[in-house]
Amino acid sequence: MSDMTVAKGMNQRRPAKRKAVSLANRLSPYAFVGPAIIVLFIALIIPLGYMIYGSMLDWTASQSIEEADFIGLKNYTDLWNDPRFMKSVSVTLRFAFIVVVVELIVGVGLALLLDRDIKGMTFLRTMFILPMMIAPVVVGLMWRFMYHPSDGTFNRFLEKIGLPSVDWLGEHALMSVIIADIWQWTPFIFILALAALQSLPRSTLEAARIDGASPWQQIIYIKLPLMMPVLIVTALLRLIDAFKVLEVILVLTDGGPGQETQILSHRINETMTEVRHLGEAAAMANYLLILLMALTLGMLGFNRWQENRTARIRAAAEEDV
Amino acid sequence: MSHATQKQNPAFYAVIALLVFMSVGPVLLMFVNSFKLDVDILSGTSGLLFFPTIQNYETALCDILWYEPDHLRFCQLKFGGAFVNSLTIAIISTILTLVIGAMAAYGLVRFRFLGRDTVSTTTLLVRMVPPAVLLVPVFGLWNNQFCLDQNGLLGGWIKDIFGGRGDPCLAGTHSGIILIYVAMNLPFVIWILQSFIVQVPRSLEEAARVDGAGPFQVFFMVVLPLIKPGLAAAAIFTFRIAWNEYLLASALSDRDTKTVPILIVNNMSEFNVEWGVIMATGMLLAIPPIIFTLLASRQIITGMTAGAVKG
Repeated sequence: MSDMTVAKGMNQRRPAKRKAVSLANRLSPYAFVGPAIIVLFIALIIPLGYMIYGSMLDWTASQSIEEADFIGLKNYTDLWNDPRFMKSVSVTLRFAFIVVVVELIVGVGLALLLDRDIKGMTFLRTMFILPMMIAPVVVGLMWRFMYHPSDGTFNRFLEKIGLPSVDWLGEHALMSVIIADIWQWTPFIFILALAALQSLPRSTLEAARIDGASPWQQIIYIKLPLMMPVLIVTALLRLIDAFKVLEVILVLTDGGPGQETQILSHRINETMTEVRHLGEAAAMANYLLILLMALTLGMLGFNRWQENRTARIRAAAEEDV
Repeated sequence: MSHATQKQNPAFYAVIALLVFMSVGPVLLMFVNSFKLDVDILSGTSGLLFFPTIQNYETALCDILWYEPDHLRFCQLKFGGAFVNSLTIAIISTILTLVIGAMAAYGLVRFRFLGRDTVSTTTLLVRMVPPAVLLVPVFGLWNNQFCLDQNGLLGGWIKDIFGGRGDPCLAGTHSGIILIYVAMNLPFVIWILQSFIVQVPRSLEEAARVDGAGPFQVFFMVVLPLIKPGLAAAAIFTFRIAWNEYLLASALSDRDTKTVPILIVNNMSEFNVEWGVIMATGMLLAIPPIIFTLLASRQIITGMTAGAVKG
């Protein structure tokens, strides 16, 4: 009796098991991707939606979101007419553009200069990565010490060689903040540009050299155009990150003096933690996001245009042959 | 580029030496100063002529030292606890991001959900979102919406164990901070691991399947060991962000879950900065990233260049 039940059970279980396996196989893709989707949904999608909704509320930190009044786009129009907000937009844009342009020029220049067979390139690159890996808070700390008006490294040095000291974090606050960022992030562009240079087709460079192109001509007519797609993506990544800089500025100047170094991220943080007006902070965050999105799309569009142009030039060259 | 026939002239090496000095100098300065007393830092006797002391480190870590340093009357700075918090949060969020991210990357590559283009665009879009943008919604949601009813079963249970007023919420807990770090890092990890998973030969997986391994066994026993370099790169980047992040942690943490960057910023905004102690703390915060850089600069460069150079 018991034998029979077991046999029967096994007979029944086998197809069931097979079905279960095939079901598991069919479901496994979802099981693999599922956790990521859940996390991203809870911690990115919902917050972004929440922010868009919150930006249309007259909402302070002492209220919960249900108690806040709906005021439509008033936060946005208020901000548009708020000179202090506009000031921080202009600081953000100036900071980001100066930083990206200087870092591009210096980083690509260094890459072109150092693209040779030298000993210890690995060591060099390791030393260059160091500033990027250290916490922005710590970077701010180091530079705040070096910029210190009386005891800092720079003013001591200036004093020693008999020059007047500089009011780094007062009069020249924005410049000082920019210098710190350039110190930290130029290596990023250097490393990417170097990687791009070393992946250029050898044959093209060889041909140019045989044709008698001078080093400068090689750089301007061959290396830079061929590196362009990489450089655009690099610049885009740097631009995006330049809009995220907050900690270095927070530690160095805390947005001051006045509003000289108050970038948007800083203003959002201040509006939330000190003014405690969450609705307005959310609207600011949305403006920042829109600004970034426009810049990103613009640069991606430019990249595509550039790629099409390169492709056309290449096609034309092949026809000539 | 040029062949080895060309001897580099000394000026070239001088330039390189200068560059290395510029990039490492500030870090070295902080390192040296962290072993000086404030008197020595400010007196201007520059250079290396000083008596090194670990007093600053003792002050910073006084709450987890097993002995009481002589120079301290009472332990005011509680950096030790913050280090434990930072480590807990960074390690757990790195592990979670890697596991979830590797699974998703595998799923996306092998089962062809979305094209690689879609994933890289999404990565770029998420990377675009500054932490400051997430500040308001995360603060609001974590404090008010992502809570459990204190009269409910699970909520009541958590309240009994951890105490606290009102409903237990995500804000102020380690898990709250970990969740947002995992979400912030996931797209990048998925994206970078995809390029490694694509290179795993399918035949290996099929062989394992024939031997009777299920999809998860194939993934954990066959695929994961093969993409170790990618995992290393992804782990360093995730750990670095979780370890260094300040803004969201400051909005979400309470007295007991503060991380090191928060304490550094708080102590820097005071008028009289105790340079020695703060530099010692900064040095402690910088040590893990420095170690990674020295040990795994190759992986870091892979992670950095993967996106831009290969497209």
